[in-house]
Amino acid sequence: MRRQNDQRARAHPAYWAFLMHRLSGLALAAFLPLHFWALGRALQGRAALEGFLRFTDGPLFKLAEWGLVVLLALHMTGGMRLLLIEFGSASGLRKNWIAGAAGFAAFAGLAFALALLA
Amino acid sequence: MNLALAQAKRWYWQRISAMVLVVCVLVHLCGLVYAVRGGLTATAILARTHGNWGFALFYAVFVIACAVHVPVGLANIAREWWGLGERAGLWLGRAFALLLLGMGLRSVYAVVA
Amino acid sequence: MRTNDKLEVRVWRGKEAGSFSAYQVPRQNSQTVLDVVTHIQRHLEPSLSYRFACRVGMCGSCAMTVNGKARWTCRTHVAKVLNEGNGLEIAPLANLPVIKDLVTDMREFFDKWTRARGAFKGTATRHDDFAQVQPSAPERRAVDAGIECIGCAVCYSSCDVVAWRPDFLGPAALNRAWTLVNDVRAIEQPERLRAVAGDTGCHVCHTQGSCTERCPKQIAPTLAIAGLKRTVARAAVRGLL
Repeated sequence: MRRQNDQRARAHPAYWAFLMHRLSGLALAAFLPLHFWALGRALQGRAALEGFLRFTDGPLFKLAEWGLVVLLALHMTGGMRLLLIEFGSASGLRKNWIAGAAGFAAFAGLAFALALLA
Repeated sequence: MNLALAQAKRWYWQRISAMVLVVCVLVHLCGLVYAVRGGLTATAILARTHGNWGFALFYAVFVIACAVHVPVGLANIAREWWGLGERAGLWLGRAFALLLLGMGLRSVYAVVA
Repeated sequence: MRTNDKLEVRVWRGKEAGSFSAYQVPRQNSQTVLDVVTHIQRHLEPSLSYRFACRVGMCGSCAMTVNGKARWTCRTHVAKVLNEGNGLEIAPLANLPVIKDLVTDMREFFDKWTRARGAFKGTATRHDDFAQVQPSAPERRAVDAGIECIGCAVCYSSCDVVAWRPDFLGPAALNRAWTLVNDVRAIEQPERLRAVAGDTGCHVCHTQGSCTERCPKQIAPTLAIAGLKRTVARAAVRGLL
């Protein structure tokens, strides 16, 4: 077993960006089949879909939905940063995009929360 | 040799689908923030999606892009964090691609037809 | 200039299995981590094994893990990295077999360099004229950005993908391959591209950026690897892979 790095070697923005990108992707991947199944309830008619929507009316579900919106926004902007690193001109690790991704995710989360509470 | 070509293809298809998904996700985020105002109801959703073939086309593209994009990352995680071997990781990815494609297109049909 | 302060230094002893031994080292006003290790070996623990050569930041031999991060110890001032309580933790580079104490076995690092086709091969002989390469040409600029690598393994040691995938060629080997991909005099480029593609090559870099963050020569292997991804894709599309 080789000596491996611990958290001290990972304490820099580009690594956090990687971690957030991977974890958000994993969460969204786990969510998608659920999302598709829920929408598929419409095959049993409007009432079936309505039943599911009312089931997920509670605050815990709304919090989870908000979390997913934030993770989606984060994953998308983080992904745009990666596309720029891979296809754009050589401009380092583009840490401004890391900050931008966090900002856009906060914005999306806020927009969603306000729409929900409206 | 063959492996290099296969990996190169997986890489660029994942990046191409990523570019498609940037557009899809932006549209979807706007749509869902709009739709969620005042709470979601089946009536409201279905009124917008029923017979809406533009909607169907957009979301079908979205589903297909997901089915291409998600499995590559999932296979990487399976190999690096969950200890799966190369073949197992690939088959997990393929299985998940079929799952997303099948369930995704079914759900698009469910709300449009 | 000596001070009255003492440094509390923990140094790795053993191989992969081992432990930290504690030493007290007099603190100086201007002192590098290599100075500290040297003091320990000369005055406190003669059996301590460590590597160094130039001790002036040119050779990369003194690379070690200092307080969790891979660095050149001759270029790391103690004042910059000291923990609270005057603490310093010195360990061998990660991701490499440990021969003894602070010395790692670098063979796999250089073997991967070879596997990535990191050696130049051309067609010109001594009877041919010099190749004309414009310094401002985009390919030459790409080479320049990565050519100063001295093979110190700080990047290799900092990369999690190297830890997670033992066959991964690693940032240094791939960066060197990129400088050769852009060398207009080099031949056997399709072979080189095949060597750096796939699950052991550029495609499993996840842009963690630790290599770029830690490189003491400010090289960005992340960008070199991105370049390899693009070039391999282009070759694949054109059926040249």
